[in-house]
Amino acid sequence: MEHALSPGARIGDRPRPAVNYLNASKGIMSWLGTVDHKRIGIMYLVGVLTAFLMGGCFALLIRLSLLTPTHMLFGKVLLTAEQYNRVFTLHGAIMVFLFIIPAIPASLGNFVLPLMLGAKDVAFPRLNLFSFYLWLTGAIMAIVAMVLGAVDTGWTFYTPYSTTTDGPVTLMILAVFILGFSSIFTGLNFIATVHKLRAPGMGWFDMPLFIWGIYATAVIQVMATPVLGITLVLLALERSFGIGIFDPKLGGDPVLFQHFFWFYSHPAVYIMILPGMAIISELIPTFSRKTMFGYRAMAYASVSLALVSFIVWGHHMFVAGQSQLATVVFSALTFLVAIPSGIKVFNWLGTMYQGNISFETPMLYAISFLILFAIGGLTGIFLGTLSTDVHLTDTYFVVAHFHYVMMGSTVIAFIGGLHYWWPKMTGRMYNENWGRIACGLVFIGFNMTFFTQFFLGSQGMPRRYYNYPDQFQHLHAVSTVGSWILGLGLFITLAYLLASLRKPMDAPDNPWGGTTMEWLTSSPPIEHNFEEQPVLEREPYDYRPVVASK
Amino acid sequence: MDWLRNWMMPPQGSAYAAEVDFTYMGLFWLCAVMFIGIAGAAAWFSWRYRFRPGRVTPHDTHNTKLEVIWTVLPLMLCIGIFFWGLNGWLKYAVAPGDAMEIQVTAKKWLWQFEYPDGTRTVNEIHVPAHKAVKFVMTSEDVIHDFFVPDMRVKHDIIPGRYTEVWFTPTVLGKHRFTCAEYCGKGHSDMHGDLSVDNDADYAKFLETGGTEWEQYKDHMDQWGKIQYERNGCSTCHSVDGSKSKGPSWKGIWHKMEELNNGTTVLVDEAYVRESMLYPQAKIVKGFEPIMPSFNNLLRDNQIKGLIAYIQSLQ
Amino acid sequence: MSTTSIDLPSHGGHGHGAHGDDPHHQHHFTTMEQQFDTAKLGMWLFIATEILLFGGLFVGFGMMQNRYPREFVEAHEHLVRWQGALNTVVLLISSFTMVLAVESAKTNKRAKTVGFLALTIVCACIFLVVKYFEYSHKFEEGWLPGKYYHAVGDSIAGSHGYATFFSFYFMMTGLHGIHIVVGIAILTWILLRAKKGEFSSTYYTPVELVGLYWHIVDMIWIYLFPLYYLIQ
Repeated sequence: MEHALSPGARIGDRPRPAVNYLNASKGIMSWLGTVDHKRIGIMYLVGVLTAFLMGGCFALLIRLSLLTPTHMLFGKVLLTAEQYNRVFTLHGAIMVFLFIIPAIPASLGNFVLPLMLGAKDVAFPRLNLFSFYLWLTGAIMAIVAMVLGAVDTGWTFYTPYSTTTDGPVTLMILAVFILGFSSIFTGLNFIATVHKLRAPGMGWFDMPLFIWGIYATAVIQVMATPVLGITLVLLALERSFGIGIFDPKLGGDPVLFQHFFWFYSHPAVYIMILPGMAIISELIPTFSRKTMFGYRAMAYASVSLALVSFIVWGHHMFVAGQSQLATVVFSALTFLVAIPSGIKVFNWLGTMYQGNISFETPMLYAISFLILFAIGGLTGIFLGTLSTDVHLTDTYFVVAHFHYVMMGSTVIAFIGGLHYWWPKMTGRMYNENWGRIACGLVFIGFNMTFFTQFFLGSQGMPRRYYNYPDQFQHLHAVSTVGSWILGLGLFITLAYLLASLRKPMDAPDNPWGGTTMEWLTSSPPIEHNFEEQPVLEREPYDYRPVVASK
Repeated sequence: MDWLRNWMMPPQGSAYAAEVDFTYMGLFWLCAVMFIGIAGAAAWFSWRYRFRPGRVTPHDTHNTKLEVIWTVLPLMLCIGIFFWGLNGWLKYAVAPGDAMEIQVTAKKWLWQFEYPDGTRTVNEIHVPAHKAVKFVMTSEDVIHDFFVPDMRVKHDIIPGRYTEVWFTPTVLGKHRFTCAEYCGKGHSDMHGDLSVDNDADYAKFLETGGTEWEQYKDHMDQWGKIQYERNGCSTCHSVDGSKSKGPSWKGIWHKMEELNNGTTVLVDEAYVRESMLYPQAKIVKGFEPIMPSFNNLLRDNQIKGLIAYIQSLQ
Repeated sequence: MSTTSIDLPSHGGHGHGAHGDDPHHQHHFTTMEQQFDTAKLGMWLFIATEILLFGGLFVGFGMMQNRYPREFVEAHEHLVRWQGALNTVVLLISSFTMVLAVESAKTNKRAKTVGFLALTIVCACIFLVVKYFEYSHKFEEGWLPGKYYHAVGDSIAGSHGYATFFSFYFMMTGLHGIHIVVGIAILTWILLRAKKGEFSSTYYTPVELVGLYWHIVDMIWIYLFPLYYLIQ
């Protein structure tokens, strides 16, 4: 890449160390028993990408089934209604609990956070490994539940359907419970790390914004996930003991379940988006070669998003039977939470303004994020507005909205970050041409799949429908074809990333000219990250030319 | 831009639907403008500030004035939108006191409706145009949701509780209603037609007493048994031969019954029908003339059902 | 960005003496003090999650009490106050002995550390024994959770409120009891390590952390006791 060297760039000025974290110790036990945050991050990466692949295949199956209004394809039944209900439940549960909640924090976060802080590891390395094994256990239990016939409750487990339907529901619930503790311990670890293991000279407002984002996420992980835990326990006990909290036939209140569930699950969506935003805050300054505009506002916005996320859960329940007063209050608070998101978008644009922008794959994903997150966030307004929400809730409009923010934003940011830190993690550069082609396919395919769904929703197509009226077929067909293009783009991405691993290591220490501390290490880093404890001497994202030469 | 709204939204079945659409379109244009601003800026900056070797970027860390503006302005906009939505919703939040009430029972996977006069239907509703109608809903099993896209209303239906939805339909014809809360295997098949009728057609519908009986077309005796239980016949007439306030129905079909004036009568269709509508016309010997009239209370299909039921009690 | 080095061994070894002083010093911490502070922070964060976990149950109890006020009052009469009070006193004593154990570890008093840890464990066991008697009485009388409730003599016949009360009773005291059992296991492990002389004024982190955990378990009982045994 022919770029002017940014101050931080160190290309080819240091020989690659012979021993790095990948080859420092050999054999599978050295990986399974590792406490090195980088190896744990890689193991998580393999795990979550596998989960993403599984969940994605279920998505393709759903879209294929919806190609025709009557679930028949070439005269044959592709999926029965019971099977379809299990497929969409699994798609949701796998994507939410096995993939997207852990994805960025546990894989990229684990790898990059200590490096960015100038630390040798996270605060509690053994707890980190334990978190990974909790994830693995929960994932295996979920797969076992799948093999034993899967569940058809929807990933939201609403009662009394979930307490009365058959299938391995309790097993699935316990799997999610264990996955929740994996998330809690990761968050706990990161909070302690950020508080205690920053490099000398790095105050709170000298930290990269990626750290702020992961920190805000960790606060939510620690505070919200236990409530999910206890909700799941209550649900499991309701199923086996009939304790009578959620089922009206046993004297319980089904709406109470929804309050408990969304009290976690709304903050959970901020566990999903904050790390994505955190990555974008790294990509845009680096590829614009310009300092982050509004750094403090960004840091405050991350924390305020985390805090405000706890008081808006009722906006999932405007037509669920909560009191009218609650409905009005939750709508008002929901509008509050839009403001920090808007601030972030303006600050990213402000960073690009008067920048010096190049368009490598990570930056293409960052720009995609800006566009797709804008759509996702703006369509949230329709849902926060009471009169329109009554019509749009429980329709495909909601499905489109959350896919724009979860997939179009978080997953896009994740892929961008994966490309950005790929040289650091693997020591190899991926093929840039294929990267750009795949990004284009993903962008086009994603919009084709999900933009159409806004219209399906506003026209009255409800969610979780197996059959639908003929009038909706054209839009569904466009959406399904879009899913194929999206899938193709993602498979190509996986292919060229894996292909890059077969090359010899060719990545410089700092291929992109980044200014954060991880770029001081070799690509890939040595086992203990830094040969000498780095000390912070510049502000974050300082692209001013260095006057004295070194 | 009516064509755009007409494409994005279902037909407007009520005045309220038009109001919701106005809000929706307002938000649509607002968001379109904001999106074009954001995407446009991203595209423009990408082009205008594309990489040039040697360029040094300004060290712009912040601009307090600009940041305050783009915090306060969106905040004011959001507050405005909140009140816009609240205003529309408040018009809908409380049903008018004189709304006609229809009881809804949802269960996996069908809809039962009951009208004030006792008319019952399954998976089908008829309502008169231009009159407010309120649906009072409960579920017998899991959570369902009553969604009428053309009216822009929906609400969850919860077991053990009652919830409501109301509207004043203005457009004649059929409007779809459908379940909007996942309830299992038959969720996507749980729908029906809401028919908005003019007064004459609505009156005609009420006369027929609904459509529930149609399921029993081929075994009207079962329909009759249900009527026996629902309409109070069982208080005075047994079906097992035991004597009660009125004659037992067991074995009376095509029997010659002795009346209190000494004459006899054949228990046939005409007799049974007359007994329900004008019970005082003939009194069976040994019984008091206390049976109330069911004239205008029982529809033709119900009478036919009862007759079939009596016939089956040999 | 520049890097100025601070003199640290560059190989980051784990071996004995790599940091000179303590075999417990982990390589990614600069000083033992930093390591200890971080461990305490981690434990406090864990305690926050425990409070939220139990918090959900307290909220659920509140909602159900609101729904069945008379049944809840009537049902709670079946709880034996003196047993609850005894358990409260026992746990308070155990918290006190725990504080003394931490203090002893901090001041290099090995025998006292072991002794106070042992006393804490004994108190915890007494708690469990009392709980055993409470639970078995309830099983006999049919005061069981949810669909297993089969007691007789409730004044509001057919109401689900009694079964719901006992559902929450068993869930909350049960979850608390599990935390006591786990606490006993951890305390035993710490006791064995203390016996071996692992703790001293330079390193007593595990004792401190277990102490924090134990205090929270006690605290939760302090809230459970009045809620279940004393409300009118």
